[in-house]
Amino acid sequence: MKTTKGTVKFLTGNTACALGAIDAGVRFFAGYPITPSSEIAEELSYLLPRIGGKFIQMEDEIASMGAVIGASLTGKKAMTATSGPGFSLKQENIGYACMTEVPCVIVNVQRGGPSTGLPTLPSQADVQQARWGTHGDHPIIALSGSYVSELYWQVINGVNLAEIYRVPVILLFDETVCHLSERIVIPDKSEIKLAERKRPEVSPDKYLPYINDETDIPPMADFGSGYRYHVTGLSHEETGFPTNDSKVIDLMYRRINRKIERYKDEIIAYKETDTKDAEILVLSYGGTARSAKNACVTAREEGIKVGFMNLKTIWPFPYERVCELGKKCKKVLVPEMNLGQISLEVERAVKSDSDVISISRVDGNVHEPIEILEVIRKNAN
Amino acid sequence: MSTTTSIKKYLRKQFFPTIWCAGCGNGIVLGAILRAIENIGWEKDNIVMVSGIGCSSRTPGYVDFNTLHTTHGRSIGFATGVKFANPDFKVIVVTGDGDATAIGGNHFIHAARRNIDLTVILFNNYIYGMTGGQGSPTTPVGSKSTTTPYGNIDNPFDISRLAVAAGASYVARGTVYHATALNKLIENGMRKKGFSLIETLVNCQTYYGRPNDLKTPIRLLKWFKENSLSVKAADKLPPEKVKGKFLTGVFADIDKPEFCESYKKLVDKVSVNGGN
Repeated sequence: MKTTKGTVKFLTGNTACALGAIDAGVRFFAGYPITPSSEIAEELSYLLPRIGGKFIQMEDEIASMGAVIGASLTGKKAMTATSGPGFSLKQENIGYACMTEVPCVIVNVQRGGPSTGLPTLPSQADVQQARWGTHGDHPIIALSGSYVSELYWQVINGVNLAEIYRVPVILLFDETVCHLSERIVIPDKSEIKLAERKRPEVSPDKYLPYINDETDIPPMADFGSGYRYHVTGLSHEETGFPTNDSKVIDLMYRRINRKIERYKDEIIAYKETDTKDAEILVLSYGGTARSAKNACVTAREEGIKVGFMNLKTIWPFPYERVCELGKKCKKVLVPEMNLGQISLEVERAVKSDSDVISISRVDGNVHEPIEILEVIRKNAN
Repeated sequence: MSTTTSIKKYLRKQFFPTIWCAGCGNGIVLGAILRAIENIGWEKDNIVMVSGIGCSSRTPGYVDFNTLHTTHGRSIGFATGVKFANPDFKVIVVTGDGDATAIGGNHFIHAARRNIDLTVILFNNYIYGMTGGQGSPTTPVGSKSTTTPYGNIDNPFDISRLAVAAGASYVARGTVYHATALNKLIENGMRKKGFSLIETLVNCQTYYGRPNDLKTPIRLLKWFKENSLSVKAADKLPPEKVKGKFLTGVFADIDKPEFCESYKKLVDKVSVNGGN
């Protein structure tokens, strides 16, 4: 069925991710099978060769991450997909991409953990790992989605953000949404805006691949385009060559971390419902937000002044907005499928202005709306 | 005919002196790589050199190509991404005995199995030099190192035979003593379409030599000279004459489908609108 804006389909979240990748311009996928993300690889193994794109199943998660970074350096938009155990394996190479500022996208379809955990059941317990999984101070962007259609668009956003900011982007999805089937409108290609990394305009002999300029984002040349430079995970100077000079190290280290912090207003995204007169705030993300929204709608019908915030970016976290909301909402309820990983950030944001109540579900099940509604009711008044 | 002078154009002299010790064999292997490139005539812009972590893995920083110094053991995964994304690139991987066969072992055997067109030059110096001299998967039984102070009890890999078993198209072993032969082995590996491995025995007098009574470059080069034997000659000798020797020469030189080419055939068959 065609609408004026696109084609209506009924798809799983994983399939929507695969289609989003293709429409985002991803033409290189390297991955390894892992429940509950394998379908993304399977779909792309079918779709990519048909459009001359590259699909490869590597021998492990670590090699997949390396291959994605290698491909990105040749100028291609590259992606991989995994879940908890694979996400843990990839951390070293994710840190490499942060340090070398190589755009890439990593889908993590979160499942129960820790360790082998619950391969077929959801969690949201990799949230802090997405921020700090790899060693050293490093920048990261992580996005979330609650509906199959949102996953499609977040893959496109993720690829764009990776290009613009020369950073790995983690798509923190969960098994709930990735394995459920839902109505989605696939847009006409004209509706999609794609971003490309900034490529150098200076001549090759003047090119500095890690220049500390006023944008904090160095232009990135494709391998083979006439700009020959050195890429290393060692601390490096503007030429890319390793250095032990403390002044140079300090400059580079702060620049790559500042790079995301200073542009956070352009990166951060969330959806607010009924927050204008809210006295209680429910803050949620991913699959849990579906139940949370339902609970908020019912609570409003009961006359409770509850506002709802659904995070579309997990990192950078919207501290300023949450702080503002904390000043008028005496209670902030945070339902999560973990033991309070985002609650920690909310507490940092609101400080003593508001009580933060973590509503954890860690048994492989999504919160039922009634569980959240009962906590809202208890905290109203 | 390549000389030391003519290959200087491939060097990033602005980053010299190198971090390598005086007398390090790495320079001989680098020279062989650059002579091969000059003989074949590859363009600088078309070459991507990828390395892992170790003394030999510092090589890419010193050469004027597209260079990629990655994480320990993982160079082959990155190189696979580069080559598969753009098969027109000439991709050279520079790695060491620890980097490629300890932490990197899995990637090493899979790239050989896959037969993707990479030329892997493995600098085997029998030790982890960069980190100060710990034992590696090729440290001989009985050798001393900082983690085998009583003498190594662990068995070493025969890296070349490992590569053959894994399915590599071209496998050769040379030494820095037999430098002229090394030039040819590396050049032939580069020319070969498919996964090529050239294992190069390199002297590390600083960390392997000193605890094992091979304190100088000359003593190590003599050790290579006196203990190496060509594969062809070895085939004709009784086992007791071959025991303990380093076998040099070509272990495999076969033709089989290369990964990127097989993928291209697949794309041609299934693509809609001729691809893109």
